[in-house]
Amino acid sequence: MADSDGRQVDSINHATGEEGKLQDIVKAKSEGKELTKEEKQRLRKEKKQHKKNKKDDNKGPPEKEKEKEKEKASAPPPSKPVTQSPAHKAAPAPVTASASETPAAAEKPAKTKAELRAERRARQDSERASKQGKKEGGQQSTSSKPKASPNELQPVVKRLPEHVQVDDPAALKKLAKKLERQQKSGQGCGLNITGVQVPLRSDYGYKVSLFSHLHQYSRKNPPTQQISIPATVIHPSIVRLGLQYSQGIIAGSNARSVALLHAFKQVIQDYSTPPNEELSRDLVNKLSPYISFLSQCRPLSASMGNAIKYIKKEISNIPNQCKEEEAKGKLQACIDSYINEKIILASEAISKYAIEKISNGDVILVYGCSSLVNHILCEAFEKQRQFRVIVVDSRPRLEGREALRRLVKKGIRCTYVLISALSYILPEVSKVFLGAHALLANGYVMSRVGTSQIALVAKAYNVPVLVCCETYKFCERVQTDSFVSNELDDPDDLIVTRNGKTHLENWQTVKSLGLLNLVYDVTPPDFVDLVITDLGMIPCTSVPVVLRVKNVDQ
Amino acid sequence: MPGADKETELSERIESFLSELKRCGSGSGSLRGSVETARETSSLLRRITAQARWSSAGELMEIIRKEGRRMTAAQPSETTVGNMIRRVLKIIREEYARSRGSSEEADQQESLHKLLTSGGSSEDNFRQHFAHLKANVIEAINELLTELEGTTDNISMQALEHIHSNEVIMTIGRSRTVEAFLKDAARKRKFHVIVAECAPFCLGHEMATSLSKEDIETTVIPDAAIFAVMSRVNKVIIGTQTVLANGGLRAVNGTHTLALAAKHHSTPLIVCAPMFKLSPQFPNEDDTFHKFVSPHEVLPFTEGEILSKVNAHCPVFDYVPPELITLFISNIGGHAPSYIYRLMSELYHPEDHEL
Repeated sequence: MADSDGRQVDSINHATGEEGKLQDIVKAKSEGKELTKEEKQRLRKEKKQHKKNKKDDNKGPPEKEKEKEKEKASAPPPSKPVTQSPAHKAAPAPVTASASETPAAAEKPAKTKAELRAERRARQDSERASKQGKKEGGQQSTSSKPKASPNELQPVVKRLPEHVQVDDPAALKKLAKKLERQQKSGQGCGLNITGVQVPLRSDYGYKVSLFSHLHQYSRKNPPTQQISIPATVIHPSIVRLGLQYSQGIIAGSNARSVALLHAFKQVIQDYSTPPNEELSRDLVNKLSPYISFLSQCRPLSASMGNAIKYIKKEISNIPNQCKEEEAKGKLQACIDSYINEKIILASEAISKYAIEKISNGDVILVYGCSSLVNHILCEAFEKQRQFRVIVVDSRPRLEGREALRRLVKKGIRCTYVLISALSYILPEVSKVFLGAHALLANGYVMSRVGTSQIALVAKAYNVPVLVCCETYKFCERVQTDSFVSNELDDPDDLIVTRNGKTHLENWQTVKSLGLLNLVYDVTPPDFVDLVITDLGMIPCTSVPVVLRVKNVDQ
Repeated sequence: MPGADKETELSERIESFLSELKRCGSGSGSLRGSVETARETSSLLRRITAQARWSSAGELMEIIRKEGRRMTAAQPSETTVGNMIRRVLKIIREEYARSRGSSEEADQQESLHKLLTSGGSSEDNFRQHFAHLKANVIEAINELLTELEGTTDNISMQALEHIHSNEVIMTIGRSRTVEAFLKDAARKRKFHVIVAECAPFCLGHEMATSLSKEDIETTVIPDAAIFAVMSRVNKVIIGTQTVLANGGLRAVNGTHTLALAAKHHSTPLIVCAPMFKLSPQFPNEDDTFHKFVSPHEVLPFTEGEILSKVNAHCPVFDYVPPELITLFISNIGGHAPSYIYRLMSELYHPEDHEL
């Protein structure tokens, strides 16, 4: 389709002889400026004709396309490369659509086939534009709006993230191409780079069939093995961050987001605008390979996704006439204020609300290591509340030990059990405090694997379950089970040596044996009694309301 | 003197059995399966019957009760020992009644009227001496032993009735009964097994390797993923340490969570338990229900200073209420949990519930 599009541009360019004008329009499109009035009128005419001729023969246009291609087969390849980002694709397509209108208007039978072609193209670029519009922060929204409104096929589903399409070979190819492309953009400075810049990580070990659509990496094969030193495309602080993620040195959604933002601050500090570029656009493009690299190291969390969206928006909102130093300073101040507001101050607000819920003599159960819940408990202890804590932990991560250390250091009385002893310990418990990795729009809580189990058993014993989560972790995705979108950790973590015997040592050699090390699971909202956020204490079902309020604010 | 030798030999055997029982219960699962324990207990009781000096059934029952109390005190959590003792006591009563000629089985506790009119217990009846009682009792105990040999096979024979092809079956920890059950079904059907590893002892790993050797598709999951994975599971098949009198279970820790997750997803929970695991105990808040082992399994000594400031617990068993169980598969067939009390009345005499 891309090829035919490109060739179509040229064929029509030669046909109509409006080369210069079209190229201007193409340039204008690629720079993201608004459509001229002419273009808008042409598109409106198109729309009306689409509505009239809905029941046309579909076989006609492809044949006509082939004829045209054969005629102009000797046309030179288009000036822009074929495999381009959708932004560029959107440019020639409406132009060709509108251009094809003018010759087609003369002949009646040919009119219908050309219109169908145009209709299809308009549909495709409206789809692309609507997806693009979300990414580019509204630059193309003005151009996409007139095209998008009459189309009933406007997609509600956003583009599916790559990390849940591992079983689709087409998606994997697309990713590989994208990573290559991002290398090429760095080759513009003329260096001869032989190594892979943004490596494609390969899966490790036998994957359980239910999860064949997810990646499963091994910690022993770090993604930086394939990167040459020095890597010119990826900033060194990003490389370090990626390694820290993939080895599990930085874990926990708050920690990961804060580390990401600090690394971006460093990147912005070291950034210098190339001569013919604008900071607002170029910096965003520079960030894309970094983000691909980080998602190869470890799939991005919802909090990181929101942080990246925020930064990209801030960068693209920098006015053109701003000087570089000023712009950089502004961006760094933005990042600092984001961290301060959304993470630090939010946790203060949440502690304040949560402490109201802790009474003297309480026995509180916590699971794993949530920085927010630990903070709440430490604050409550400082405010002289009398309570004791039961820390529940699970293999293979054993994060609860870290929480245990922090709480014991503070002086809180603690008990420690594994998750299999939950039924034994729950009759003693009066409240359960859980942390969250993300809150989904249908009210489900996405958190460390085992959280849903704790909520289930607590419900069976009638113990209230309170989830603490900052609003920047709210996400617009919906999910009903823990299979479709999850993360698979290194399966070798499950291997353990007891009494000198390691039963699973050679699990790779046994054909029918698989190890599953899930990272996240989703808790249904009926198990959760209350969600404590910086906006207040809300039920699980109010998450989409908060998302809407936040969007309106922005 | 031959008699004295026999007696000392007998008491030696009893002592060695007791010390083995005490040693075995160090937590890391049962070092010997429950079938072996049952077999050893029964053969020891047979030996006592053969070699001890007794003249009437009542005396024999006294001796066995005394030894039985010592055995159960050595390892209270090993209920199989107590169950075998009660079985043998019931055998003795039956044989005695048969020798007397009257079918005493009829007035076991059939009607309130009989209870009222019969009045006193038939305790003094056991004083009569019968010549062939010894031989009969020993023969009956032999029958019991053959029954014990065949329990696992009897249960595995029912496997094909319960497992269809392309199923996903979940289990927890390691149970030899369930292992044999699944292996038997795998000969004819293709299915997938998910094993929860059951920390901290991680017996699930052994189970998984053994199942995968028979070409059964096996996946090992950590305990925390039980609920996450449960939505794709068709059946949950577990073993247990004891079946309690109300139809509940005393099973390895983590089973209650598994049962709750199965109930939430309306997945049937099937328990494979041979009859000798049925115990006349009820679950109460006594100290005898839970058993704990060293917390270093949970929080190892390498954690250092915080060990002294933290309470760590490592319970071995879990109580599963009968409402969460769908079916019991035993060597005599399948039963609902509500039928367990009836089976118990056939196996044990009510006066033997307290040894």
